[in-house]
Amino acid sequence: MREILDDIDRWRSDGKKVAVARVVKIEGSGPRDPGAAMAVNEDGEVAGSVSGGCVEGAVVSEALAIIGENAPGRMVTFGYSDDEAFAVGLTCGGIIRLYIEQLDW
Amino acid sequence: MSTSIYQQFTDYIRSETPVALATIIEGPGTGAKLLVARVDGIEIVVGTLGHPELDRVVSRDTAGELEAGRTGVRHYGPEGQATPEDLIDTPTVVVFIESFSPAPQMWIFGAVDFTAALGRVAKVLGYRVTVCDAREIFATKRRFPMADEVMVTWPTPMFEKRGNTLGPRDAVCILTHDPKFDVPAVQGALSTSVGYIGVMGSRKTHNKRLERLAEVGVTSPEQLSRLMSPIGLDLGGRTPEETAIAICAEIIARRTGHSATSLKNTDGAIHS
Repeated sequence: MREILDDIDRWRSDGKKVAVARVVKIEGSGPRDPGAAMAVNEDGEVAGSVSGGCVEGAVVSEALAIIGENAPGRMVTFGYSDDEAFAVGLTCGGIIRLYIEQLDW
Repeated sequence: MSTSIYQQFTDYIRSETPVALATIIEGPGTGAKLLVARVDGIEIVVGTLGHPELDRVVSRDTAGELEAGRTGVRHYGPEGQATPEDLIDTPTVVVFIESFSPAPQMWIFGAVDFTAALGRVAKVLGYRVTVCDAREIFATKRRFPMADEVMVTWPTPMFEKRGNTLGPRDAVCILTHDPKFDVPAVQGALSTSVGYIGVMGSRKTHNKRLERLAEVGVTSPEQLSRLMSPIGLDLGGRTPEETAIAICAEIIARRTGHSATSLKNTDGAIHS
């Protein structure tokens, strides 16, 4: 998260709402470790990354939905083959679990 | 006026203070946060997860994770029970604990062209870079704008003063070819628990250096085997930038214990 703090601070000083997605768990093969973080502002601008580009697009949509609904933080999982899962996944076959929340703390 | 947890969290990170953030990511109280920072050996706890006993147990575990530099998920009962699987009809509180250790250090001895290139690559990798040379006209911030600090000093006082801050995640790269500078730098580095010691120079230079080290009493094969010299992986590059990549690649490979051959020529999982 260290590397995205400057972007987050800039957005917040411009009065933008910000959501942060953090990788909390990787099962199997995954490109980034727990703690990898990505921030999205209300305009859809992005800082940081949570995978090798496999799930970032879906994370942006989810983050914007949370900002738009003013929703509490929630877990999102990519890489499951059942219906709960999102259509995108890690090309390397792993499962990635993220916690996405608004930066309102 | 009290500052927000986020503000305190970023202040700790920017001041290179060890800090860990615990967040409830599932279960009652989702989103609640607890911050544990270690300032001058004392733990400071900020925030609450909604129950005093849960706060007590999670702050204790978070301090432990911070000490070990670990990041991961833990499960509790709503009142801090350590075995939530034994509770009946009670929701589990899932907590994500994320540790932020200060950036690893790279000390580069010798204010030469290779130093500037190595400093740039080290910054990309997240190191806090210190350039050290005894020659005032070479060791300037203007020549090494990427460095976090430029020290005009001899190696011995540098290691005496701050050698105890170096640990397994840190690196010392000695790029001077000058024996009167690199012998004390090697001696200083060997007196610390630094994870990587690279020393530049040809094989001939390396052999001469070993003779000089022997003259000052550094002869233990165990100690000398810590020296990565000639420095870097054999990538065949020549420029300062290519050399910097070869050095940093060697540091990564030493840390992970991997072979540094092309993945094409190996088997098994890549991320292990």
